[in-house]
Amino acid sequence: MTDTGTHTPSARLHARGSLSDSLLHILEGHPDAVEPLTTWHDAVDDALARATDLITDEDIQFTLFVLYTLHTGGLTDPDGIWEWNGDLLAGRARLEAAFERQLRATVPVPDLPRGERAAVAATLFELTQPSPGPSLARFLAKKATLDQAREFLIQRSVYTLREADPHSWAIPRLHGRSKVALVEIQSDEYGAGRADRQHAAIFARTVEGAGLDATYGAYLDDIPAVTFASLNLMSMFGLNRRLRGAIAGHLAAFEMTSSIPNRSYADGFRRLGFGDDVTEYFDEHVEADAVHEQIAAHDLAGALAEDEPALLADILFGASACLMVDELMADHIRESWEAGRSSLRTR
Amino acid sequence: MSGDDRSGAAVRISPYPDGPLIVRGDVVITGPDGEDIVPTRRTVALCRCGISAIKPFCDGTHKLMNFRTEAPAED
Ligand code: FES
Repeated sequence: MTDTGTHTPSARLHARGSLSDSLLHILEGHPDAVEPLTTWHDAVDDALARATDLITDEDIQFTLFVLYTLHTGGLTDPDGIWEWNGDLLAGRARLEAAFERQLRATVPVPDLPRGERAAVAATLFELTQPSPGPSLARFLAKKATLDQAREFLIQRSVYTLREADPHSWAIPRLHGRSKVALVEIQSDEYGAGRADRQHAAIFARTVEGAGLDATYGAYLDDIPAVTFASLNLMSMFGLNRRLRGAIAGHLAAFEMTSSIPNRSYADGFRRLGFGDDVTEYFDEHVEADAVHEQIAAHDLAGALAEDEPALLADILFGASACLMVDELMADHIRESWEAGRSSLRTR
Repeated sequence: MSGDDRSGAAVRISPYPDGPLIVRGDVVITGPDGEDIVPTRRTVALCRCGISAIKPFCDGTHKLMNFRTEAPAED
């Protein structure tokens, strides 16, 4: 079985601008051996002063991604000596504040329902209703070439080879029935006691079955900012206790927009001639996420709104932010393909 | 699951509004051909709209046909 997440990446990390350059240099050293990281704080200042759209800012999103991996390992800092460095955390907090500010200003949030379980679930189902019109899932099912299908797996790999981890940050940050619901979902994500059934491990088999490298980080240089933004959004929501409403809403929206597209993804890979070893991941998610979406909408998000009424607005903000950012990512991929281009980052 | 469960029941079946039945606990389902269908997960969703492509399990398609389990509320 492919063990995701513990391999050392085959490629070194490459900076995308002065901010990530500063971070990668710092990570080569030792925290005790340095003065307060003034160059880092200056680099954060400069990056934020320069940024216009954080979601598509290659330097900022890549930097945030690397910072979050300090908590999960597998890319840099093998001994974990930088994880709790105060300067890096302070810089991350400033990047997160700017990212969150942009999201709060742009994410459309629906009218708040009554803070009751059923009403919250109903609002979430309405918000996530399958929409007609062009979609990445339909493109993949009907038209994608072999190269595009592989590209899709590369785009998915930064999150999916570590599937479910960002939402797990929320477990100790929730209490009572919403925690129980989250653990019920996450246990299924992590294989319910069977290592080979972990969704990340099933996805690694898909990646390898499609002739790609399942080593975590193997394609990092190809990943565009918007794809990192989708993952960074979850990490930010999950790691900040004040945003626990948003991570609950995020997971609900994520699960509620999964079953139906996954059927299309499976159809696409079958159309291209792949067998069960490659389609298993998508087939599994049709069934799994039809379960998860019910639990996430009612027992996680709905129950949390009842237990902590002050979080209601953030539950819907998190759900809407998930939909907006993931749609930006999906549109980027589909529009690139429709224009005959690759969706991967151009270097 | 979401409330106290002191009933000691081995299996709990919960209807979710406008969606499937969620089944928690060890069950074996008998398929139409008499073959056992052993769920691969601890919690399963059973289709009750009738159009799932992976029956007896729900595949989320009920959302595409606006499946309703309750009569619309009168207001
Ligand atoms: S109840 Fe979900 S597909 Fe039938």
